[in-house]
This record gives sequence, C-alpha cells and structure tokens, in this order.
Amino acid sequence: MLSLSEITGGYAKAQVLEGVSLDAAAGAVTALIGRNGVGKTTLMRGVMGLLPRMQGRISLDGAALGGLPTHARARAGLGYVPEGRQIFPELTVMENLAVGQRQPSRLWPEARLFALLPNLRDRRANAGRALSGGEQQMLAIARALVTDPRVLLLDEPSQGLAPMVVQELARVLRQLADEGVAVLLVEQNLRLTEAVADRILIMARGRIVHDDTAPAFRAAEDELRHRWLSM
Amino acid sequence: MDPLALFTLQVLNALSLSALLFFIALGLTLIFGIMRVVNFAHGAVFMLGAYCGVAAQTATGSFAASLLAAPLAGAALGLAFERSALSRLYAREHSAFLLVTFGLALALTEAIRLIWGADARQTELPAVLAGIVFVMDEPFPVYRLLLIGAGGLCWLLCWLGLQRTRLGLLLRAASQNPTMTAALGNDVGRVRAMVFALACALAALGGALAAPLLSASLGLGSNVIIDAFVIVMIGGMGSFIGTVAGSLLVGFAQTFGNFYVPELALGMTYALMITVLVLRPGGLFGRPE
Ligand SMILES: Nc1ncnc2c1ncn2[C@@H]1O[C@H](COP(=O)(O)OP(=O)(O)OP(=O)(O)O)[C@@H](O)[C@H]1O
Ligand SMILES: [Mg+2]
Repeated sequence: MLSLSEITGGYAKAQVLEGVSLDAAAGAVTALIGRNGVGKTTLMRGVMGLLPRMQGRISLDGAALGGLPTHARARAGLGYVPEGRQIFPELTVMENLAVGQRQPSRLWPEARLFALLPNLRDRRANAGRALSGGEQQMLAIARALVTDPRVLLLDEPSQGLAPMVVQELARVLRQLADEGVAVLLVEQNLRLTEAVADRILIMARGRIVHDDTAPAFRAAEDELRHRWLSM
Repeated sequence: MDPLALFTLQVLNALSLSALLFFIALGLTLIFGIMRVVNFAHGAVFMLGAYCGVAAQTATGSFAASLLAAPLAGAALGLAFERSALSRLYAREHSAFLLVTFGLALALTEAIRLIWGADARQTELPAVLAGIVFVMDEPFPVYRLLLIGAGGLCWLLCWLGLQRTRLGLLLRAASQNPTMTAALGNDVGRVRAMVFALACALAALGGALAAPLLSASLGLGSNVIIDAFVIVMIGGMGSFIGTVAGSLLVGFAQTFGNFYVPELALGMTYALMITVLVLRPGGLFGRPE
C-alpha cells in the first residue's frame, strides 16, 4: 500500500500541496479527480521525487520513500505514467520498453504485453515520435508495466485515446488491481473513473476534500460535481 | 608526381586527421548530448593524454603502454572531476558548468607545465610503425594508416556500444528525457559520470595517438578543441553520425586546404562551418530542441 501523509510542497515560487493525505491500497484502483490546476500532477511528481521542495511522509508497505532519489523510488516499486506521455521520441518502441527493465519483466513478458496492447506489436521497431498519440499513450503505460510495479501512478492516461481504447484501458487497470497492484489514477474522464475505481478522491486547493468508495461517490455525484468539479 | 597518386595520398592524410579529430569530437558531443553543456576542458584532456602517452612510453619503452596509460589517466581524471565538481552543478546555471570546465582546462595546462616543462615532447615510434609503405608507388607513413584504422575501430566500437549496450541505451534515453529515465529506475547521475569518464578516456587516447605525429606541446589542447567545437557544430550538437560526418569534413577541408590553397587554409574550417550553419542552423544532423 502506498501511503501519503501531510504532503506539502510545490515549486520554487508556488506552494501547491497544502497537506495531502491519502492511501492507495494494493488490489484496488484509487482515483484522484479535481479541477484543472489543483495540484494532481504536482502530487504525482512529488511521490516520484521530482519536486524541488516537498515535506511529509510517503511510505510503501511501511517503508519510508521520502528521502530516496527518483530512481530508488522506482526500484522500490513505483511505476509512473506521466501526464503528456513523455516517451523517448528517438528510441524505438522496444528500446522505450527496455529503459525500465533491468531484468526481463516477470509479470509482463512480451507475449502477454502485446496480447494486451496489440498495436504496439506492429510498431515495435518504430521510433517513439512516429507513433500516434494513442499509441504513445499505450507505450507509456506498457513502459511502466514492464517494470513490474507494486504501485502504478497514472496521470490522465486516457488523454488522446479513442473511446474504444479507453475501454481497453479500463479493463487493463481493473486486471492490474485484481492482480494485487495498487493503482493510483488521476483522471478527468469521469466515465473511466467510475468504471474502474474502488475509491474516488477529490482534490481541491492542494488538499483532499472528499475520500469515499465509488458507490458513495455516485450516490452524491451531482452535489460533489457541482461543488468541486464544475468550472 | 602523378596527380591521381597525389590526390590519393591527400585523401589518406585527410582520413588520418579526421580519425584523430574524431576521438576528441565524439566525447564532446556525447557529453553535450547527456549534459546539455560544452566541456571546455576536453582539449586539455586530449593534451594530457599526449603527455601521459609520452611519459608512459619513456618509462616503459613500449608504445602500446602509452595507448593504455593515456585513456586510463583520462578516465580517472574525468570520473574524479565529474563526481567532485560537475555533478553538483547540473541543477544550476550552465554558466557555472562552463566556468568550472574552463578552470579545469587552465589548471591542467599549468599542471602539465609544472610536471613536464614548457618544451614540446616527442618519442620514437617502434620501427614497424615508423616505416613507410608505397601507395600507388608513392611513399606514405605506416603510422597514418594505423590512425585511420584506429579511428574506424573507435567509430565501430562506439556505435555498437551506443546501440547494443545498456549504458548506450541509457545514454540515449537520458539525452532525450533524463527525468523519465530516472523515473524508470535508472541512476542518471551514474550514467553521466560514466559517459564523462568514457569521453575523457577517448580524448586522452586521441592525444596519445596524436603525440608521435604532432608531439606533445602546451598549445595542443587549445588548437584541437577549436576543431572539435567546429565538428560538433557542423554535425549537430549531440549527434553521433553528425560527429562522424563533421570529423571527415573538417579533416578533408584542412588537409586539402593546406595542400591546394595554403593561403586560405586557416579560413577553410570556418568557411565550412559558416556555410553549413547558414544552410542548416542546427548542424547537418542536429535535431531541434
Ligand atoms: N513547473 C512549475 N513551476 C511552477 N508552477 C507550476 C509548475 N507546474 C505547475 N505549476 C502550478 O502548480 C499548480 C498545480 O498544477 P498541476 O499541474 O499539479 O495541476 P493539475 O491538477 O495536474 O492540473 P491539470 O488537471 O490541468 O493537469 C498550478 O497552479 C500550476 O500553474
Ligand atoms: Mg495534471
């Protein structure tokens, strides 16, 4: 389980996170939603150790991650699918996948990975920049999967994906959670969120303002949307 | 003399000069690729390699020993310098990085002056390498052929290293996106240190190879770094294939310039650079940032 407690921090001139506490349980999809600019991406970057300043506690199955550099956090079991894909444009699909693989993936051997994301199989020798936006997004997800993460952080993975592929993505995330991965999903796409999430958290002004099960969210959806999500 | 034979000899001369320049320019471009900064000390490391080579050969009597000692010294210096100074500067302004490498260049030059004095130093090549062969009935130094071979081998090994090894993959990944390279579990600081050390080893090896031809002297570093800059600009900052092309272009421009239009020889390199940069501002194989 990934556990954050009282996370504050942000950028040199802007404090963004004002004390975020949340748990992402193993075997569950925890969704984090919120208006543009509330600090969702900043939180993900903080968990990966990519913020210039940050305080608070981050632990993975009880072990503190806070003092570790980014690469050590990844090795400890964090997989990261960043906002905007950030694939390596000049590396081939296979090379993109290899960057995170210090050894071959236990859970995602090639056959299984390509069965899940067949488009990538046909593009395996192509450079990252030659892929379509959707293919790049799938590559970013695949690249995190093959590191066999215990926690998977996804920052708006449905961005730029066709509706069919979003459904596919929902299935993948569900499957990952069922296999015991802790999935922390930042999304704007409420349909995807409601389709896969076990818990739904809302972030506003640098804090978590709502944290409950998906059915509870649906029951109060209209009010929550009006209060925290509409512009 | 037969003009065709003359031309052939000039081609071989140009190739051997290109090979020497490739050793220093390649390291410069690899460092730029992964650190986004220019290492001003690279010429001084080349010069240090020349002096270390001469010293090793004087001490052991073996030319092969000089080709071993120089890259080892270069790698050790590069590693120590990267870990102790440069690694603290990546997050800061580029100007700090430039100043520090410039400082290292000055310090190395002074250290060499203190240790080996101000006079140029040279050693004898072993008899097999000091000889000549006949190319189209004209005599040509064996050693220059060896340089061409060494340059070709260096090109091949570095290309394989970049394409086929894990370090090569991480170097390319970190050149494109260091943050994601780290977020996928790779210690980018370590990759930088290894690349810097390797680049310094290559430059020092180039210096040791150049010593029998150009002799080790205190001006060597600043002369050769300018050519290396031009090569990297022509080829496109950070591009491997561009560095190969740039080394060949500069090697040929200088050799043929010297031979056919000696009055203009000095300007040839710059004319070449300006022409390329006007036509393609990012260099021949440069990618827009
Ligand atoms: N590199 C940066 N330097 C300074 N401020 C930043 C930086 N990146 C983001 N911010 C600011 O931090 C705040 C939170 O941004 P963040 O990207 O975390 O929001 P978000 O919730 O992910 O938004 P979105 O839904 O649009 O992706 C915003 O006010 C933004 O302007
Ligand atoms: Mg965001």
